[in-house]
Amino acid sequence: MAKDALMDFDEAIERFEPVLGFEVHVELATATKMFSDAPNFFGGEPNTNVTPVDLGLPGSLPVVNEQAVRYSIQLGLALGCSIAESSRFARKNYFYPDNPKNYQISQFDEPIAFEGEVEVELADGTIFQVPIERAHMEEDAGKLTHVGGATGRIQGAEYSLVDYNRAGVPLVEIVTKPIVGAKERAPELGAAYVQVIRDLVRALGVSEARMERGNLRCDANISLRPWGQEKLGTRTETKNVNSFRAVERAIRYEIQRQAAILAAGGTITQETRHWHEDTGRTSAGRPKSDADDYRYFPEPDLLPVVPDPALIEELRASLPEAPVARRRRLKGEWGFADLEFQDVLNGGLLDEVQATIDAGAGPQAARKWWTGEISRVANAQDAAPGDLVSPQHVAEVIALVESGDLTDRLARQVLEGVIAGEGSPAQVVESRGLKVVSDLTAAVDEALAGQPDVLQKIRDGKVQAAGAIIGSVMKAMKGQADAARVRELVLERAQQQ
Amino acid sequence: MTHDITTLSAAALADALVARDVSSVEATQAHLDRIAAVDGDVHAFLHVNQNAIAAAKAIDSRRAAGDDLGPLAGVPIAVKDVLCTQDMPTTSGSKILEGWVPPYDATPVAKLRRAGLVPLGKTNMDEFAMGSSTEFSAYGPTHNPWDLDRIPGGSGGGSAAAVAAFEAPLALGSDTGGSIRQPGAVTGTVGVKPTYGGVSRYGAIALASSLDQIGPVSRTVLDAALLHDVIGGHDPKDSTSLRQEWPSFAAAARDGLQADSLKGVRIGVVKELAGGDGFQAGVTQRFQETVALLESAGAVVVEIDAPSFAYAISAYYLILPAEASSNLAKFDSVRFGLRVTPDNGATVEDVMAATREAGFGPEVKRRIILGTYALSAGYYDAYYGSAQKVRTLVQRDFTAAFEQVDLLISPSAPTTAFKIGERIDDPLAMYLNDLTTIPANLAGVPGMSIPNGLAPEDSLPTGVQLMAPQREDARLYRVGAALERLLEQQWGAPLISRIPNLDAAQQSAAEEGVI
Repeated sequence: MAKDALMDFDEAIERFEPVLGFEVHVELATATKMFSDAPNFFGGEPNTNVTPVDLGLPGSLPVVNEQAVRYSIQLGLALGCSIAESSRFARKNYFYPDNPKNYQISQFDEPIAFEGEVEVELADGTIFQVPIERAHMEEDAGKLTHVGGATGRIQGAEYSLVDYNRAGVPLVEIVTKPIVGAKERAPELGAAYVQVIRDLVRALGVSEARMERGNLRCDANISLRPWGQEKLGTRTETKNVNSFRAVERAIRYEIQRQAAILAAGGTITQETRHWHEDTGRTSAGRPKSDADDYRYFPEPDLLPVVPDPALIEELRASLPEAPVARRRRLKGEWGFADLEFQDVLNGGLLDEVQATIDAGAGPQAARKWWTGEISRVANAQDAAPGDLVSPQHVAEVIALVESGDLTDRLARQVLEGVIAGEGSPAQVVESRGLKVVSDLTAAVDEALAGQPDVLQKIRDGKVQAAGAIIGSVMKAMKGQADAARVRELVLERAQQQ
Repeated sequence: MTHDITTLSAAALADALVARDVSSVEATQAHLDRIAAVDGDVHAFLHVNQNAIAAAKAIDSRRAAGDDLGPLAGVPIAVKDVLCTQDMPTTSGSKILEGWVPPYDATPVAKLRRAGLVPLGKTNMDEFAMGSSTEFSAYGPTHNPWDLDRIPGGSGGGSAAAVAAFEAPLALGSDTGGSIRQPGAVTGTVGVKPTYGGVSRYGAIALASSLDQIGPVSRTVLDAALLHDVIGGHDPKDSTSLRQEWPSFAAAARDGLQADSLKGVRIGVVKELAGGDGFQAGVTQRFQETVALLESAGAVVVEIDAPSFAYAISAYYLILPAEASSNLAKFDSVRFGLRVTPDNGATVEDVMAATREAGFGPEVKRRIILGTYALSAGYYDAYYGSAQKVRTLVQRDFTAAFEQVDLLISPSAPTTAFKIGERIDDPLAMYLNDLTTIPANLAGVPGMSIPNGLAPEDSLPTGVQLMAPQREDARLYRVGAALERLLEQQWGAPLISRIPNLDAAQQSAAEEGVI
């Protein structure tokens, strides 16, 4: 692969205006597929979660999943869209072996949701309004595995295997209008937009929205035009950019690549491009033109979708708070500094911190544990912090520290036990013998109270005076305590008494 | 004796089964014997059910045990090969599906099994139901039992011929533009296309989804009604199936036999479908006689103008190929059916192309190409879009007509059965045979074809078509049964009793050393 010529990013922005557009596919977390009663579960033995409908067997017919329609309406409303009184499915005709009927049932000229707007906040608080053209329902295709080639790609493969477990999984595709005005912040805005969509579908509970699992897939359209020109430039569509960081990098790369071509007097080829995470580059895929002819026509096997207006209003009334508004509210309520709040956001820990505070912990303690110790362990284990420990348990640990039952060091041990699956914090305290701390604390406090003169010496910085207290504590504990720990505790309690 | 059983109507056979004068095993065996005797000449069946006797035995046992069985329990039936059957190959008349056994039953098939009917086998048809003569079957043509040199109509020529030749008392058909009614007309049998959505399409291999409808094929109106009662009703697996309770069509047919049931019934003769260019003189003559007969029985006959019907056939031959081109895309060798791998460096596209080239016949290819073109960007509005507008106009003409009359009437087909091979190279002439039946499919209204005589010039059966408003299928059975009785009173016997004796034909052929 020859290296693309790239223009310096700042120079590119100086010369050209970037215009963005996104197609985000969201897999809906329904129990069954879009048009069949097969379980909506991708994975497991290939071709087991299938019915005649998912295999496109002769004579089989699709039936619309009502839950998918409800989810799509919720999503449409959350995107600020109008919900169509009547929307219709169409057939998108193209031959490909992962497409069991050789047509995909999608929505074409009559989508369920249209004309919306999403508020996107950048790290420094700058707000952008991203215009939404439409959100429509469709079915996913099966998954091809190319066998025998060196690269796992179709080129050079001896044969391909197809798994239809994913065929018919319900999708909503969210399409933006051209996004202008972001200038040098275009890459950042792209990532922030996709994150807003992720947060939104999670808040609605309509999708798992795990980008790494393909629950949320982003295609980024990028074009450049000379400043002042009204006509949009030729766009490329970079497929499957599947992390926020990748969205940002891919946009930046395409801006630099296209700018270099345009500046050299070349023209941009309208095509799909593939993002390569390892090299940080995009490469040409298949040429795409507006003349691609999918021979769309209304799906005659399905009736138009005509949702009850009362249902739409019910779903509208039950919409959760918009992610940007929620962030703004929580930041104020918790009294976090900008950097503190940014830490939480960057870690994707907003939900965890909130749940921990809801479980009784103080905001600063909750923030500290999640962005600190838990994130550190998660990083080391290559896991998501939220998958390691529940907010409830974190709140319990924080409570134990605040009551003096645990020191910070011991609390980390308790947490380690909880993460290792040894049970709740209380159970770990018990099983790891950390429970003595409670008794120990009482003994220390008693000894300190009994020798106020020594206490005063310790407070005055005469640390060696602690020896007398340690001795009486060890005596009281009948030798069943770790002298070092007793010493630590004596010094700690002495300052708190 | 066994041939006596096969000449019984389904209703009469059902009565004999209830009275235990005959067992389902005997009735089934009699029809299997009849198939063995005559189907070499007729070729109505593509597959004969090896489990038919076992199914019949099971019904007999249940009857002996005193189970509550449906009115048609134990009666044998033939099933058009367009319908999926999990115990028999289902090919839709195409090489591309040769030997394919579906993992499930079509809903109408499942319903008739539950009602205790005994499937005898799968009947021949034009490939993917594209044709009006059954000559486009990949497995050879079916012959009309009235004259073996002639076509039995299509696409459901196999079902109609099986019923006409006493190989089965009942059959299932599918009607997209007349594939039940036109074969009925040219074989002297009864065929009904129900209201669109009246019978589930689940498991019927789609030709044109917005036009296809499954329906009964029989020798009497009452028999069709009894079968319609079994297969009709809402099916959650078919989104286009209507959610409504249907009245008993058998009760409606019996009701039609009451005295004076035709009195005051307003019947509209559709000017555009009543004769003229392309209509055989004998067909027009018998049609006019039938109209006069209805009038004499007290019906009020008026002429109805339906100007858009003139464009119906043009619209139909855009909508049908468009939908078919998409419906037939799934036949690509990847998941089921025929696979042809070309010798040199085959990509999946090469395999798909070679399979479709080898597996589809000429009429199927013709319509896929037409439909693909009609849906193409830049042509969509001119072709598919305009056709849909015509469809709306046809629907409006029906609505306007049914404000004036209770039923519409026309010949079922413009001609009697033509000779095998006569129109095979002339698609337009073939398409014109569906002139009279197509409007009902475009509008989704129910239609019925009843035998109304033999054309004087060729002594071949003619049919008369009744059409009712959507969801008023019962009206067809009420008036159809009344008309059928009037005609039989004139003839002194059912028309089908005048069909040539195939046993004799077979006998003489054997003497000539042909078989």
